Amino acid sequence: MGRQNLMTEFIKGLWKDHPLMRQLLGMCSTLAITTTVINGISMGLGVTFVIVSTSFFVSIIRKIVPPQVRIAVYAAIIATFVTIVDIFFKANFPKISEALGPYVPLIIVNCIVLGRCEAFACKNGIWASVWDGLGMGLGYTWVLIVLGTIRELLGSGTILGKTIMPSVYNPLVVMVLPAGAFLLLGFLLALMNRLEQKKQVS
Amino acid sequence: MKDLILIFISTVLINNFVLYYFLGICPFLGVSGKIESAFGMGVAVIFVMTIANALSWLIYHLVLVKMGLGFLAYLLFILVIAALVQIVEMFIRKFSPPLYRALGIFLPLITVNCAILGATLLMVTKNYNFIQSVVYGFAGGLGFTLIILVMAGIREDLEYADIPSVFKGAAITLVTTGLLALIFMGFSGLISA
Repeated sequence: MGRQNLMTEFIKGLWKDHPLMRQLLGMCSTLAITTTVINGISMGLGVTFVIVSTSFFVSIIRKIVPPQVRIAVYAAIIATFVTIVDIFFKANFPKISEALGPYVPLIIVNCIVLGRCEAFACKNGIWASVWDGLGMGLGYTWVLIVLGTIRELLGSGTILGKTIMPSVYNPLVVMVLPAGAFLLLGFLLALMNRLEQKKQVS
Repeated sequence: MKDLILIFISTVLINNFVLYYFLGICPFLGVSGKIESAFGMGVAVIFVMTIANALSWLIYHLVLVKMGLGFLAYLLFILVIAALVQIVEMFIRKFSPPLYRALGIFLPLITVNCAILGATLLMVTKNYNFIQSVVYGFAGGLGFTLIILVMAGIREDLEYADIPSVFKGAAITLVTTGLLALIFMGFSGLISA
């Protein structure tokens, strides 16, 4: 496959086929952990690592695995890499690991990962799958960072733990609560629809 | 007995799986369009979640902890859930065809419902004993069913509402869920009393 095609596989995950905003996959972890920017970054990179590695392995074994048992095989591969990420966080960044809690092991059932295995990696070559996974993972990451930034800024007046808002600012606590996450993502989706509508009109 | 009732109430109303832990959002968004399908999904989740919690508890505490294989937990839990869903599906198809038809596509979908795996993981972190874990699984499923039914009711009416075109679809559903989450925060006063 040419370099051009690999680039398109990569780019499409960032906006056009964005896993979160377009396909509405992987909602759970998105909403749960974006209370701060740093959580968003770590979760995004963790998911990216898992998507890229599982896409790689699923693509390698795509011709050997009988279709009846493929989901179980994918789940086992994904669970292996998620365990690696979990142990890595626990050993090197115990604070982040504590903040993310059960949502790191929950990457196993993050629909984005399984979705890419099922929709792309099991039908395409190794490099295309890796680039596709990387695009999807980074697309997911930037939305997590945006959500994390807005929620941390409005909810606690800080970014990456540093106070940004002036001291007269009274934090909107609702933004770090679950309700704020749902509302914010709803409005972001509407904004994205709006941008898309404008594009079609012009 | 008191702790069981406490677990039950707090899991259904206060620490609701959908509104507090954000688990099972995907089926929640996908299946809450119609009341009947929402109910089918809810029943399937209650069923699988209760059994999955019981089985995972046994495997985790009787096998993995004893043998020092705690790091295999995630791998085994997901395999237990996948196998369980498969068995439950075969079992229901054989013994209750009407129920099987009602659940239809929802049963296989449950394998990737993060609420099920989430329940087993939370049960481990919360250090529940066997009975508590089973009650936790049942209550979690019930809470999920409650929310998805409420949401389906609202969405059936939303279809006739005049909403801005950019909010149509998932956006308005998320905003509505946010408002529901705010409402359910009112229940948090129940427990400390």
